[in-house]
Amino acid sequence: MALEINRIKEILVAKFSYNVSEILEDKGVVSIEVALPIFIEVVEELKNNEILDFHFLTDICGIHLPDNEIEYQFATVYHFHNMKENVRLRVKVFLHGEKPEIPTLVNYYASANWMERETFDFYGINFTGHPNLTRILNMDEMIVFPLRKEYPLEDAGRTDKDDRFFGRTIHNS
Amino acid sequence: MSGSIVLEAPPQGLQGEGFFATTLEQVVGMARKNSLWPLPFATSCCGIEFMATMASTYDIGQFGAERVSFSPRQADLLMVMGTISKKMGPILRQVYVQMAEPRWVISVGACACSGGIFDTYSVLQGIDKVIPVDVYVPGCPPRPEQIIDGFTKIQDLVQNESLRRRNSPEYKALLNSYGIK
Repeated sequence: MALEINRIKEILVAKFSYNVSEILEDKGVVSIEVALPIFIEVVEELKNNEILDFHFLTDICGIHLPDNEIEYQFATVYHFHNMKENVRLRVKVFLHGEKPEIPTLVNYYASANWMERETFDFYGINFTGHPNLTRILNMDEMIVFPLRKEYPLEDAGRTDKDDRFFGRTIHNS
Repeated sequence: MSGSIVLEAPPQGLQGEGFFATTLEQVVGMARKNSLWPLPFATSCCGIEFMATMASTYDIGQFGAERVSFSPRQADLLMVMGTISKKMGPILRQVYVQMAEPRWVISVGACACSGGIFDTYSVLQGIDKVIPVDVYVPGCPPRPEQIIDGFTKIQDLVQNESLRRRNSPEYKALLNSYGIK
């Protein structure tokens, strides 16, 4: 029996009502937005429910949206996959702009370990309860979080790039 | 067929019946330049071009660089080919420090020379921020002919280098500016 979006909607809304919202289907991937306080319970339900059975965590990534209200400036996005029914689910959790914190999923999915370290490395999102939340891809000595919007795109040390060819001067002369 | 072969001019010296007298510098320069052992520090796409350069069509072995070594202790020429990230910088420096004098460095490709198109938080904007470089080969990636051109320029440097250069105060100052003893 194929697991359809309506079935997922039914099960989740029945259990969590207003804390699970924005259930959309976008290019074949069902997407839901979950409030931070019940996040772990939703994940437990996704994993343990025999019908939902999202046993595989494909990806964790971060988003930084500085134009939103302060409560919604960071987000972590989780991609779950039910391989038996071939159904994917995207879960988005919005976090506070000044203190982005979310409980870790390490106890539920082993792959969350490195993926949460990567999200911490680039966005500075704190995963509480993580056994080793340190930088994974960047240098250990780095003090900034490179993928936040305030970090400049280009390295400051380049001297050979001519501004004319990058549209950064007023006069092209 | 034999008309197209050009012989390289011998070094300056006195020639007689069965002997050739010249300066030690000339002989050592000639010997070193024709037997440079490269250390291919191949990281990305330029490393693939280097593989083509080592292979039979372009054959860098014809210049004497037949024996590549991955041990810095046994290599003369450090060929840095590919993108070096900031995390890799100290490792590259360590490899350079482990090489014995005389040593030369050739920086192959745009990423090694200046960071290339990767003007970003993770890529080292040119290896000359961590080690001294002798020849830069631009390109993305440079064709094997260009890598060989860079190699022949290194050979010119090797041939014309003074025997006392590595002990000179200018060289010591250069290494000090990189923090290398």
